Amino acid sequence: MRTFYRITTLLIALMLVVGIAGCAPAQPAGPVTIHILTQDQAGMKPAEIDQIARDFEAMNPDIKVVMEYVGYDAIHDKIVTGMAAKPPAYDASMIDVIWPDEFIKAGYLLDVTSRITPEMKAGIFPSAWNGVTRNGKVYGMPWLMDTKYFMYNKDILQQAGFTEPPKTWEELVDQAKVIKQKGLAEFPIIWSWPQLEGAVCDFTILLFGNGGAFLDANGKPSFNNEKGVQVLTWMKQTIDEGVSNPASITSDENAVEANFLAGKSAFAVNWLFQYSDSNKTDVSQIVGKAAFAPMPVFAAGAAAGIKSSSVDGSSSFGVMATAPYPDQTWKFLVYLTSNEVQTKFSAEMLPIWQADFQGDALTQLLAATPANPVTVPAFLGQFPYANERPTVSYYNEASKALQLALQEALTGVKTPQEALDATATKWLELAK
Amino acid sequence: MQIHPFFSIMTAYSRFLAKRHFSLRQKDAGTAWLLLIPSLVVILGVTLWPVISTFILSFFNAQTGINQVRTFVGFGNYIEMFGDQNFWETIGRTLYFTFASVSLELILGLAIAQLIHSHPWGWKFLRFSLIIPWAVPTIVNGAMWRWIYSADFGALNGLLMQLGLIKHYIPWLTLPNLAMPLVIVADVWHMMPFVALILQAALAGLPVELDEAAAVDGANAWQRFWQIRLPLLRPAILVALIARTVDAFRVFDIVYIITNGGPASKTMTITYLTYLNTFSYGKQGMGAALSFLISFFVLIMAFVYIRILYRPEEN
Repeated sequence: MRTFYRITTLLIALMLVVGIAGCAPAQPAGPVTIHILTQDQAGMKPAEIDQIARDFEAMNPDIKVVMEYVGYDAIHDKIVTGMAAKPPAYDASMIDVIWPDEFIKAGYLLDVTSRITPEMKAGIFPSAWNGVTRNGKVYGMPWLMDTKYFMYNKDILQQAGFTEPPKTWEELVDQAKVIKQKGLAEFPIIWSWPQLEGAVCDFTILLFGNGGAFLDANGKPSFNNEKGVQVLTWMKQTIDEGVSNPASITSDENAVEANFLAGKSAFAVNWLFQYSDSNKTDVSQIVGKAAFAPMPVFAAGAAAGIKSSSVDGSSSFGVMATAPYPDQTWKFLVYLTSNEVQTKFSAEMLPIWQADFQGDALTQLLAATPANPVTVPAFLGQFPYANERPTVSYYNEASKALQLALQEALTGVKTPQEALDATATKWLELAK
Repeated sequence: MQIHPFFSIMTAYSRFLAKRHFSLRQKDAGTAWLLLIPSLVVILGVTLWPVISTFILSFFNAQTGINQVRTFVGFGNYIEMFGDQNFWETIGRTLYFTFASVSLELILGLAIAQLIHSHPWGWKFLRFSLIIPWAVPTIVNGAMWRWIYSADFGALNGLLMQLGLIKHYIPWLTLPNLAMPLVIVADVWHMMPFVALILQAALAGLPVELDEAAAVDGANAWQRFWQIRLPLLRPAILVALIARTVDAFRVFDIVYIITNGGPASKTMTITYLTYLNTFSYGKQGMGAALSFLISFFVLIMAFVYIRILYRPEEN
């Protein structure tokens, strides 16, 4: 019996030792592995980024890159949960233009000011640097300069008897009614108005296109004034009249694309990637039929001199402040955002480098992919009219409140005025 | 050679047992405790400690972030929550989801369990096929139902159109009063087999003699079900109800996938609200307080079930 106890106790001891030994931090043997989080939506496709990662690994055998792709709406929360671990789950992540303030306040982003070379500073568009710079410090590497575009189906417009796409939203409604009447599309326009960030992006486009703004000169909410209420009332009205697809209320940008590419809509508002996809025979039924036009504005906005209005959807890559291999991570990000790589993979996102849009480099860029002869002029024409959403540390909660207001008004739960007033009150509380 | 401290401790313990004149019972108890130590460490580490730390966190204003300063606010988070109309609306919505989905799962589960128990032709296949919806991960189930309900490409619209019941595709998930029932249907499809299998196993274990005696005494099938089998099924129903109610009250993933809490927060449940506060808004203290309230509500519901259904004398 005594022998049995001894054997038992020794076995338990062995189990504990093995278990505790397993908890010890492992020393990296061989290549350093870095984990990068980004979106599977706007910008380059996962297969393209994977290719870039493999190319980088071939040039840098001491670094292994593990990419993780999630839907845009999951990234913010993945970053937050990933940062709770030590070391963090991700060495770097895509950072949307609306997140830096929150993440800098949380201490998540590494200050990379000293890593920015003069060539980078001078070569990349200034607006791209604005998205990652706070109080003179740089917290990321610009990656994607995107804005929402107005796209239309040339065939449907032609069949409806229109030679030009609409210049104002009022004109769009007129055209849509004809398209609807002729049975060319049951719901002529599809938007992204779900209880997600996409709805705020579309509201931004319409709000600024009506001469409105999120905040007044004193920083107080102003989206619930006459101009904002007019916009939301118009949004609801287009759904009631069957001009806007009611499914917009549940459609994220991928659903908008699926609808437009199925030939169900005459018009769609979406990010740049939709154009390239529209010409892929395996996913699109409208190959060669999609075209860009400047994002319309309201007649009142046009009268006030507003030529177009969109939303800034740019993003960067931030290195996590507690990441164990910042040098290796930065090296990969520099390669990922390099001029050469961005030109090569420019079908769904155009380069952040200014020089690419001039002289011989422009010729090279236009020839880089079949989409570029169309997307490059569209980008140059639309991006200057990209409006910013508020840059505040509580943006995520403020945006959620606005998303709710938009949904309440669109589903008839509240009037546009009631819904926007409640959100404005919430924003004031958050700002305290 | 240096001996690892753990080996030293365990060897010492072994010698200690050998030298002292413990009774066999005492030695057994000592070894039992020793064997339990790893499990206890795991339970304390991954269950009890997080519960305690979350409870402590609920009394602080704690933002997500590295080296963020936590401010003690006492019951501030709880007071703010109770004063928020949105919180009570969310609780009401969650109770609606819980009551409706668990009721439907129980009724349908009982009916299917009874059907299998009566051994009709193909009952083994039926029992096997029941496992399929349950085996499907909730995320996959949610994505599947999201497509079924799709306004543009959904199978539900296609079916109703072919049957001539609708003239146009309907954007089901944009309808504020219909979104939650549609999520409930998706949940019932997924979880009803769990209830059916529990009840079917319980039915199979019931004494046949009682049923036969009642039949001899002239009780019809309906009477035998209500008077004999159902009362005997009470312990199994209790288990299914507690398990499903706890799960349903904490529903998150299926809502996240199908509706994202919309339209107009009409499918926003309490766990989704907790998730938003904790991860999207970075309010960890508030998230912790909400988590505790979820546990509190679940405990109350489990207590009510046990009071109503648990009869120790029947075991």
